[in-house]
Amino acid sequence: MAHQFPTLSTEQKKELHEIALRIVSPGKGILAADESVGHMGKRLNQIGVENNEENRRQYRQVLFSADDRIESCIGGVIFFHETLYQTADDGTPFVKMIKDKGITVGIKVDKGVVPLAGTNGETTSQGLDGLSERCAQYKKDGADFAKWRCVLKISDSNPSNLAITENANVLARYASICQQHGIVPIIEPEILPDGDHDLKCSQFVTEKVLTAVYKAMFEHHVYLEGTLLKPNMVTPGHSCLTKFTPEEVAMATVTALRRTVPPAVTGITFLSGGQTEEEASVNLNAINNCPLAKPWALTFSFGRALQASALKTWHGQKDNESAATEEFIKRAEINSLASQGKYTGGGDNSGGAAQSNYISLYTY
Amino acid sequence: MTHQYPSLSPEQKQELASIAQRIVAPGKGILAADESTGTMGKRLQKINVENNEENRRCFRDLLFSVDPSISQCVGGVIFFHETLYQKSDKGVLFPQVVKDKGIVVGIKVDKGTAGLNGTDGETTTQGLDGLSERCAQYKKDGADFAKWRCVLKISDGCPSALGIAENANVLARYASICQQNGLVPIVEPEILPDGDHDLQRCQYVTEKVLAAVYKALNDHHVYLEGTLLKPNMVTAGHSCPKKFTPQEVAMATVTALRRTVPAAVPGICFLSGGQSEEEASVHLNAINQVPLHRPWKLTFSYGRALQASALAAWKGQAANKQAAQDAFCTRAKINGLASKGEYKPSGQADQASMQSLYTASYVY
Repeated sequence: MAHQFPTLSTEQKKELHEIALRIVSPGKGILAADESVGHMGKRLNQIGVENNEENRRQYRQVLFSADDRIESCIGGVIFFHETLYQTADDGTPFVKMIKDKGITVGIKVDKGVVPLAGTNGETTSQGLDGLSERCAQYKKDGADFAKWRCVLKISDSNPSNLAITENANVLARYASICQQHGIVPIIEPEILPDGDHDLKCSQFVTEKVLTAVYKAMFEHHVYLEGTLLKPNMVTPGHSCLTKFTPEEVAMATVTALRRTVPPAVTGITFLSGGQTEEEASVNLNAINNCPLAKPWALTFSFGRALQASALKTWHGQKDNESAATEEFIKRAEINSLASQGKYTGGGDNSGGAAQSNYISLYTY
Repeated sequence: MTHQYPSLSPEQKQELASIAQRIVAPGKGILAADESTGTMGKRLQKINVENNEENRRCFRDLLFSVDPSISQCVGGVIFFHETLYQKSDKGVLFPQVVKDKGIVVGIKVDKGTAGLNGTDGETTTQGLDGLSERCAQYKKDGADFAKWRCVLKISDGCPSALGIAENANVLARYASICQQNGLVPIVEPEILPDGDHDLQRCQYVTEKVLAAVYKALNDHHVYLEGTLLKPNMVTAGHSCPKKFTPQEVAMATVTALRRTVPAAVPGICFLSGGQSEEEASVHLNAINQVPLHRPWKLTFSYGRALQASALAAWKGQAANKQAAQDAFCTRAKINGLASKGEYKPSGQADQASMQSLYTASYVY
């Protein structure tokens, strides 16, 4: 369909595409450090540290003061609003610290989930009011990409048609607004792993959700090359009794994506959900070794799966800072390898031997 | 489809339905006094009155302090946020003044339009963020209904599929949230009269828009008996060279509504758009005389068409207060009659001779 009313000029499109490419350059992924105040509270609680602004600043400092080893593993960092305006002990703004490492700065812009009446506990996400003005300001303040999370869940009745279309629509509105301001939107339609459904069910639902998401993107005239997708990997529910191998997870994931995500999308940066640091890396590695053609970059946008060890090691104490930073760098380097299918640790075989694990018994 | 997950309890439904019916009780309509600060500024400028808080309060006080018999023709008043917390000259909060007359208090809750990228100047409307909390507060502060306005326009490329779907969806989200908080949502998908299109085109577009609105309301599990619709009448565009009679306007309007608005909706309260006070009354009257079955109340929700004379008479001077109030009451009574099809403007032939004007050559 010829586009009568262009949304973006050629220059705007070029800028968006280049930002997206930079974030997912080979071997790089995203550090999701955008935990809201409440969320950060839960993390700090686990290590017995008080949830106040200073502690949150100290903790992000631990991550951001990683040395230049990080530059080849991290393409982007997602900030929470508060953090975007904080500084290091020596007064350097966090935004500058990150940019000086050649890493792109991103900002979480949604305002959390709200219930959808008449559904079985489903939600949509809010944050569209005044979003255009906020994006313009964030762009001035150093951000080049944004993130918006929607949440869906699997059960007998869910996700409902309403939840799928409502969340797809709100993601498309958000994406459209971001692009007007030179901000690459990361689109996150997370399907929670809670439940006892198996891998096939998760794949089916993921395909349904992603189809709706890209239908909405199309209708809202979103420029796909200037976007990134942040989906869940396709995994069985947490309480599913059957266990699946990383190769089965990889096959289900890549199959679902190949059926739904247009090749024009520059990159897919998986969320880690409830996975452990090691699980997430092993699965990402298997995904990148899956013997099916994969036209987009397949990398990480991890929060907990990059920070869990660092957080534990830090424990809120200044003396532990450099050890904690080391832990973070370690996970970053592992995931960098995983994003290239080159991670050999964790008892995972690479190369030819592993290929046999990708058996196509998997018919769905 | 049986509703597995009820959005409202029977008590909540009953409350909403009874509020809606009170507002559109026979012979009654709505005074739309919810002009935003900017819009009020335009009105006041025309009579050379400064746009400040006191003048806005003063004018609304003039309207709200008329004789209580106003409640025979006014079932509801829509407030703007500022006005909900202002007081009469006697120091009584406006919602209380209005309620004491047996009139239902309403509140405008949208936050204006925002551009839809990739369209020919089309918009959606914002205001969903934190809407649930705002509704709960407004309910405490005396409101029992709310209003949200979406705007569409007719031209070669408009309204587009996106324009229609996006506005229908946002209206449905708003309606769903209102009902959760005991507020009856007035759903307003205004199609502007700007343009040179004829009556048939306006009818076609109105049918398309309303069909989408009711599909969305259904998808979002909105309880129709607890809503009101505020549409445009079906009229030719302002610059259409052909003129149409009130009976033709009425026929086109009622036909469009019969094809799209479920009978469960208790009332349709027309907006006056750019019509003069007299035009708006004459059209409403003709609509209520159309010889087709009309299962909903067909009444008014007028702003300018109820206030224009009052404003012109007032000119910002206390000495003119009585004259302004008389002008307002006159229009209110006329529209009350029009909402029953009983308005006999002087100089117009009586009902019997008008029936013949409803020719059934009107095919579309």
